[in-house]
Amino acid sequence: MATDIYLDHAATTPMDPRVYEAMKPYCMEEFGNPSAICQRGQHAKNALEQARLTVSTLLDAKPEEIIFTSGGTESDNLALLGVARAYKNKGKHIITSTIEHHAVLHTAQHLEKEGFEVTYIPVESNGIVDAAKVKEAMRDDTILVSIMYANNEIGTIQPIAKIGRACKKRGIPFHTDACQATGALQLSVDRLHVDLMTINGSKMYGPKGVGVLYVRSTVNIDPIMYGGQQEKGMRPGTENVAGIIGLAKALEIAEKEREKESARLTELRDYMITELEQRIPKTELNGDPVNRLPNNVNISILEIEGEALLLRLDMKGINASSGSACTSGSLDPSHVILALGKTHLVAHGSIRFSLGKSTTKKDIDYVLNVLPEIVKDLRAISPLSV
Amino acid sequence: MNTDNTGNEDGNGWIYSERVKKHFFNPQNLLKEDPETYKADGVGYVGSPACGDMMKMWIKVDPITDTIKECKWRTFGCASAIASTSVLSEMVTENGGMELDKAMQLRPQDIVEKLAGLPDRKIHCSVLGDKALRAAINDYFRKSKQEHRIIKDKATVVCSCLNVTDHEIEEAVLEGKNSYEKIQEHTKAGTACGSCKPRIEKLIKQYKLQYFGD
Repeated sequence: MATDIYLDHAATTPMDPRVYEAMKPYCMEEFGNPSAICQRGQHAKNALEQARLTVSTLLDAKPEEIIFTSGGTESDNLALLGVARAYKNKGKHIITSTIEHHAVLHTAQHLEKEGFEVTYIPVESNGIVDAAKVKEAMRDDTILVSIMYANNEIGTIQPIAKIGRACKKRGIPFHTDACQATGALQLSVDRLHVDLMTINGSKMYGPKGVGVLYVRSTVNIDPIMYGGQQEKGMRPGTENVAGIIGLAKALEIAEKEREKESARLTELRDYMITELEQRIPKTELNGDPVNRLPNNVNISILEIEGEALLLRLDMKGINASSGSACTSGSLDPSHVILALGKTHLVAHGSIRFSLGKSTTKKDIDYVLNVLPEIVKDLRAISPLSV
Repeated sequence: MNTDNTGNEDGNGWIYSERVKKHFFNPQNLLKEDPETYKADGVGYVGSPACGDMMKMWIKVDPITDTIKECKWRTFGCASAIASTSVLSEMVTENGGMELDKAMQLRPQDIVEKLAGLPDRKIHCSVLGDKALRAAINDYFRKSKQEHRIIKDKATVVCSCLNVTDHEIEEAVLEGKNSYEKIQEHTKAGTACGSCKPRIEKLIKQYKLQYFGD
């Protein structure tokens, strides 16, 4: 059988069979509309509310604080646009960081066009936002702070609890995009002092097209869509019942297996980083060596370009991802790597391996054997290595 | 090139054409030796690592027939950039070598055609090949005292209020800015007096046709 090593779990994860089993009845037989008053509708409604309870318990939240959405991007949009519009009479200043996901960054840029002022906090060279800088940027008219929990490209873990505490003191709503954190970091909204939290089903072995926005009961948001009373009018439209049930199951499993799986992955991650640095000359680790997600390896291989590297790896049965411009769909390389103060060359040569449940040491060893050869080959083509 | 068959080399779902794949995995005419000892007649160097593509080309010329005998290269860039340079080096050396005057006239679309097409957003990665070749030929002209034959890619100012050239508009079209409004936003051309609008629109049409065929 052909080799198939999937090391792109930060992009999306395969579905856990237990999640699939939980969803199955709600794809066909239990098709009722939760808003219908007949028994069929109430069956679906009960399942939906059970899922809501599961999710809220796992986050240390109340069920009515959970809004189900279509995924991480929608949750981020709802958080930023929703808070901005609800609080615009109080102030028009928003704080975020330069390494946020585009779902946050592009929404913030859109809000600037609507007359809001956004402060983008730069990160330190290790890819971590300095909580003190966020605090310094706070003003009387600041209505929202949005800092991601863990970065999707370089896996750096942000000091969320610290920032949350500072926001709480000033009474500023605090949002965090936790899409990459599920299954790796603790999610208690109270311990993290978070007012809004984004979660995505497809990054934790759950279904795609479903997400959560947690909104603390003391915080107001305006909806961004209209047309129904579902999710208390904050997210109208017939609920994605099967997806929501899958997400709840996925989160439950992620939380249960978190500590054991994180410890296992951390060991594999550190082994991979050490070996890569040893076996391939001229590399740079992107992000913090310790304060990073257990499954994230992001390294720049100088003098070669990421897309070429990815395609060569693909032919060897290895899936990874890159921050090079040619893989981003635009012509700009990763804004995250550039935000670290690194050059375009480093950004173009960045490659991300994101490990997951199926990853074994044997898989890592295979990559470690194949990669140096590919790098040597591509460097021979490059005019930079002369 | 390592050709063990443990990987997914059947390439089902490969995003480029078979020709691109062939040239990417088996690049032709790559300069393997030290450039110092290669003794090229002309060297061309274009691009920068900042934009993600960089090419260096070395040519040897037969002065009697005025044709390209050898064309060697090295490229920093993605698969389509590597494949483009490789196929170009084949085009100019096959059948006894291309005449210099003809080689000077090569355009990106000739290369893209040879590669059996590239996805739209990758056209950008292939345009450096012909530029590198022209730079190498110009270098040969310079070294062989034929300065009168040098053809420079000279830029012309299109928007005189904001000093925007046709080259900048060409670059922007290659980056997917395919309307007057997008060009305005990107280059600021035509945002002052606006009298250059018809010229810019004509250029956009021309470059779109040239690079994207529509």
